[in-house]
Amino acid sequence: MIAHVHPAEHHHDTESTIVFGFWIYIMSDCILFATLFAAFAVLHTHTFGGPGPKELFSMPVVLAETFILLTSSFTYGLALLAAFRKHQRQVIGFLIVTFILGLSFVTIEITEFTHLVLEGHSWKSSAFLSSFFTLVGTHGLHVSLGLIWMLGAIIQVKRHGLTHMTQRKLTALSLFWHFLDIVWIFVFTIVYLMGMI
Amino acid sequence: MHILGKLSLDAIPFDNPIIMGAGSFMGLIVIAVLGSLFYFKKWTWLWTEWLTTVDHKKIGIMYIVAAFIMLLRGYTDAIMMRTQQIMSVGANHGYLPPEHYDQIFSAHGVIMIFFMAMPFMFGLFNLVIPLQIGARDVAFPFVNALSFWLFAVGALLINLSLVVGDFAGTGWLAYPPLSETAYSPGVGVDYYIWSLQISGLGSLLSGINFFVTILKMRCPGMTLMRMPVFTWSVFTSSILVIIAFPILTVTLALLLFDRYFGMHFFTADMGGNAMMYVNMIWAWGHPEVYILVLPAFGIFSEVVSTFSQKKLFGYTTMVWALAAITILSFIVWLHHFFTMGAGADVNAFFGIATMIISIPTGVKIFNWLFTMYRGRIIFSSPILWTLGFLITFSIGGMTGVLLSVPAADFQLHNSLFLIAHFHNTIIGGVVFGYLAGLTYWFPKVFGFKLNERLGKCAFWCWMIGFYVAFVPLYILGFMGMTRRLYHYEESTGWHPYLVVAGIGALIILIGVCFQILQLLVSIKNRNKPEYRDLTGDPWNARTLEWTTASPAPFYNFAFVPHVHSLDAFWEEKQEKLKKPNEHQEKLAYEDIHMPKNTCLPIIIAAFAFIFGFAFIWDITWLIFVGFIGMLVTVLVRSFDYDIDYYVKASEVEKTEKLISDSRLRGY
Repeated sequence: MIAHVHPAEHHHDTESTIVFGFWIYIMSDCILFATLFAAFAVLHTHTFGGPGPKELFSMPVVLAETFILLTSSFTYGLALLAAFRKHQRQVIGFLIVTFILGLSFVTIEITEFTHLVLEGHSWKSSAFLSSFFTLVGTHGLHVSLGLIWMLGAIIQVKRHGLTHMTQRKLTALSLFWHFLDIVWIFVFTIVYLMGMI
Repeated sequence: MHILGKLSLDAIPFDNPIIMGAGSFMGLIVIAVLGSLFYFKKWTWLWTEWLTTVDHKKIGIMYIVAAFIMLLRGYTDAIMMRTQQIMSVGANHGYLPPEHYDQIFSAHGVIMIFFMAMPFMFGLFNLVIPLQIGARDVAFPFVNALSFWLFAVGALLINLSLVVGDFAGTGWLAYPPLSETAYSPGVGVDYYIWSLQISGLGSLLSGINFFVTILKMRCPGMTLMRMPVFTWSVFTSSILVIIAFPILTVTLALLLFDRYFGMHFFTADMGGNAMMYVNMIWAWGHPEVYILVLPAFGIFSEVVSTFSQKKLFGYTTMVWALAAITILSFIVWLHHFFTMGAGADVNAFFGIATMIISIPTGVKIFNWLFTMYRGRIIFSSPILWTLGFLITFSIGGMTGVLLSVPAADFQLHNSLFLIAHFHNTIIGGVVFGYLAGLTYWFPKVFGFKLNERLGKCAFWCWMIGFYVAFVPLYILGFMGMTRRLYHYEESTGWHPYLVVAGIGALIILIGVCFQILQLLVSIKNRNKPEYRDLTGDPWNARTLEWTTASPAPFYNFAFVPHVHSLDAFWEEKQEKLKKPNEHQEKLAYEDIHMPKNTCLPIIIAAFAFIFGFAFIWDITWLIFVGFIGMLVTVLVRSFDYDIDYYVKASEVEKTEKLISDSRLRGY
């Protein structure tokens, strides 16, 4: 049986729908990374006589990257807390700190990659290196796109203040940013730690 | 390096009369369409009503029109293959050069799955789902339009490959190492990768969109177990899209990296592993067949129940069967390559898993049969498609169980038996299902019914043609004929069977002609009373989409419905029969919140086209143009806060009055 409700009684909460949809996108991105991890798991021993993780990676650099990215997640959390308290200046401040940390992460990664390539260990050298560059590079690409998005968010918060719209955008970006952090934990553990044992 | 990369006039095969003929035919159609747009001054109409629309009903129509065009193209490939195999025996080598034949069988598979079945499916999702759950739109109308245009770009690329350059000659899944640069140096595989990569992104976004739409946008009172079975089937299919399509994206990306950046994921040397590609592509590919067939199951459930005038037998088991298939579809992928040599234990696991998946499917078959049992069945064309499906799909399912026995599969692997099997399930299941769904929902979309007589003729041609075309392939499989064969000897004894199969393909062609004729006749007679649907409920149906007018107004429902049971509309009609004089409370119209049209999706897609095309032809600067263009357009969208508006209550009232007036007038 069908009755007709008064439209005013029927709120669909579009803000929560959008955040939910973004969650689902993150889950699909999770599958994307899982597939790349699977490829890495299959190929990580296929060095084709070339050097393996032990010879190639430097723990201090990777540890620095890890701490920088974890800290950026923390500062993003602070930005979001400030957004709930409607402290616009604080939000922008913490976002800028997060941006700088994220940018340093990407810079260190690019430096590490350049270093490897210049030493003659590029993605063309072996299946192991192909899968290494692809997995870590895909994460780096995500972080870079996140940085562009963060610039956009900073400008929008400055222009419109902390409205429904901008708060929702900050929430979605925070999901993305923390997700990349979690993926990095797996990269750190599986690619670097387990590789260097 | 050349400013246009590898692209030059040599890319167009002027010396091949078949390709040039097909190309100029397509060119003529495009010119005719463009010319008539100028002649009738319809450009503004096209832009504002279609190209920039975010209305799910219009997007659905565009999907289905595209799917039909691609069906004709894919069908042409099929008839060319049949002709070649009939001719190419003994001393005769047929009319196609081998490298062209290879492209045709690859394009046939790719087109039929990605550019016919997928858009047909998303078209039906778009036409039906919001109406069926009592919503005014999908959760993300902008993303919905973007999905469509990304699909359109993929379709454009694959059609472009016919004339500019060539297409992959690798088979529809482009297994490496054959698809690697060493063995496929041309642009064919790149066209393959980019057309699938771009349209695949659209599919993923659509999957997310419908998942969220179904969970978040249902009208009040519609709990999960009050959702129509079609909605359930779309829900499960969307889950599969969300989980499976990222795997496809990665697999194709890795192949691209091998080809473009010289990596070694799947190469034969430097430590690459080609079997990893085969595993990965089937980890997407097997769920994909269920992505396609689950919505067809949903359509049959609606059709069977409506035309048996009875509630669906075993609703709860239907839902659980869908859920079981959703999960099981992820643990059977290895049955596509038992011959890989994974060992007896692994093969046994996947063989048994494959057999188990036939159990929930069997449950559904029995539920449909029991729904019909003691129902007052109306033998309209949708129910004919359903009956055809029940028989054909059951046979296809049983040959599938035969193939799931690894020992038997070692014999039948890559033979025509396999080809017959999957056409048996895909044509019998997916195609029959979508055609039933299209006939069933056609009046809801356009406001008039399709001609029944011609529809039945089409059905019988498809049904008979199917068996004439594919039963010989089962026999040929047993006789040892492998798939994708270009030439064979007379002494094999295959020739007569291939001739019969060719005749079957022609009978299907007659069916397709009947469908085109059906469409034309129905459009011509659309205002006659036996075609025109004034009630909004031409089939005496059961679900919410039939409560609104045909075609539905752009806001779908003037008042958001509120349901209290499964088959809510049917229950309401029963109530009314019992109490005919009950007074209906008249509600005041209110403003309706709607999304604004936007040109950004088609612009993003245009840059995606440039991006893909530039990658295919190695035009570095153009890759950057495409990428930056996409990025900037997405940012423009992000900075745009003026994306929705309110339809005034007075306008809603006016539209509703127009609808009720035309009901009174009778046209």
